Amino acid sequence: MRNIIAIIEREMRAYFNSPIAYVVLTIFVFLSGFFFRLYLAQVMQMGLMSQMQAQQFGPRPMDMPGMISRGFLSTLSVILLFLMPMLTMGLFSEEKKRGTIELLLTAPLTDLQVVLGKFLAAGAFFVLLLVSTFVPMAALYLYSSPASGPIFTAYLGLLLYGLSIVAIGLFISTLTENQIIAAVLSFGMIMVLWLVDAMANYADSPTSKGVLSYLSILSHLDDFMKGVLSTSNIVFYVSLMLVGLFLTYRSIDSLRWRG
Amino acid sequence: MITVENLTKRYATKTAIEAVSFQVEQGEILGFLGPNGAGKTTTMRIITGYMPASEGTVTVDGFDVFDNPIDVRRRIGYLPENPPLYLEMTVTGYLRFVAKIKGVPKNKLEDETARVMERASITDVKDRIISKLSKGYKQRVGIAQALLNDPPVLILDEPTIGLDPKQIHEVRQLVKDLAGQHTVVLSTHILPEVEQTCHRVIIIDRGKIVAIDTPQNLRLQLQGGERVSIEVQGPGSEILSTLKAMAGVVDVQQAGDSDGRHRYLVEGELRKDIRSDLARTIVQKGWGLYELQSTTMSLEDIFLKLTTAEESETPNA
Repeated sequence: MRNIIAIIEREMRAYFNSPIAYVVLTIFVFLSGFFFRLYLAQVMQMGLMSQMQAQQFGPRPMDMPGMISRGFLSTLSVILLFLMPMLTMGLFSEEKKRGTIELLLTAPLTDLQVVLGKFLAAGAFFVLLLVSTFVPMAALYLYSSPASGPIFTAYLGLLLYGLSIVAIGLFISTLTENQIIAAVLSFGMIMVLWLVDAMANYADSPTSKGVLSYLSILSHLDDFMKGVLSTSNIVFYVSLMLVGLFLTYRSIDSLRWRG
Repeated sequence: MITVENLTKRYATKTAIEAVSFQVEQGEILGFLGPNGAGKTTTMRIITGYMPASEGTVTVDGFDVFDNPIDVRRRIGYLPENPPLYLEMTVTGYLRFVAKIKGVPKNKLEDETARVMERASITDVKDRIISKLSKGYKQRVGIAQALLNDPPVLILDEPTIGLDPKQIHEVRQLVKDLAGQHTVVLSTHILPEVEQTCHRVIIIDRGKIVAIDTPQNLRLQLQGGERVSIEVQGPGSEILSTLKAMAGVVDVQQAGDSDGRHRYLVEGELRKDIRSDLARTIVQKGWGLYELQSTTMSLEDIFLKLTTAEESETPNA
């Protein structure tokens, strides 16, 4: 455990010693703030309109804070899709390029400890990004009283979604010595998992349609956003994460054999 | 301390090392000598557990590298060919990280990093960012890293590469000081380094061990006997036949004439000093002896002899 913590600590230092942490944090805070503002304006306008309609047709209940938080939190998944590869691209590729991988793989550490340390480091940075969105959400709580249930499940969904993306990116960074290639490949890979949903619409047989739409990394978030916790969605993200970690682990092993 | 048996490493297209076996005793400095690409790094990487072997076994302090990798790695300090440095960290920060993953207890982190910095003489740069250091300092940070947690075995891959002569001298001195408490395996392609620092030498070429011995014995063994260069005045053909007939002389070669004096290279039998016999014979014959000089082969000659002899046997390799 102490070994894993040492690796996490070093990775976090590396993030904050390089521009990556600041660039990713800044862009993320800016974009998430921008979208929060956008949804806020939209929903308030809708609220105004429904008030006018209410004078004619009688009042209709409308969950304004819920609409804002749902729109805002769903958008985060898209922003993360673009930014997460920046966090994972260097995890192993830099070690390979600089030869520090030789230090890690000859230290009295198991490969699993190395993999978990790296995974948790990028995961921790991702959690930091999520935490930064507590600021606009706090504003929501300050001026209204949103239902906390769906917000909680949405965050849980985002957490699982983000960690599975980290695991994919981690695996891809073991495949190359070049950070840019790792980033582009991770982005492409996540994009494919994102777009299989659209491909499902063109599928011939109902079976392939079912498989393709199940594989979609975003569709499993919908239920979380609506406040529904379903085991199948949790299982999907957890297994995606485990597959990513397992492939990383195997890739390190193969790295040893190939030298 | 280290036992390597029948070690073979094959890649998809080539064999890096083949049937390499040797032992390293406790407290010994073993030098790995060979041209670039001979398999030095591969052998070291297998001993440190960085990569598995295709065949053969390595045990360090009784632990098998393949079966008990963590126990082995705990006993080894390793300096790879390119020092594994995180360039954005400070020297202290880096060493603290390595100390932690090597399992140095928390309350000893401070003392242990201070100790290795002292040992590698890098205390004066301890708060500098590693990327800003000179190559010599970077190399020494790499050595300091290997010394952390005081491992009984040190594996140093080309420890003096890229250093200036003064630093090279310091590193060699450091390695010598480490022997005794530590078992050291170091690789190099610089010959004087081996002669100056190592107790035993392994010469490796194209993945095979060509010779294992002390630097002194290697020289004796390969010299093919003492070689003496002489300059004699007298009848040329008679001198030649007399010298050839002498007991203990293996070979005589003419090495030129000038002003009626003849130069010869006389090769004596293994470990036999023929100089006084030579002088006596020449003087008894009444010839003039102008020069008598024994020439020894340097390890460099031996190294070349060994590795080029190999080449002529396998011209297609």
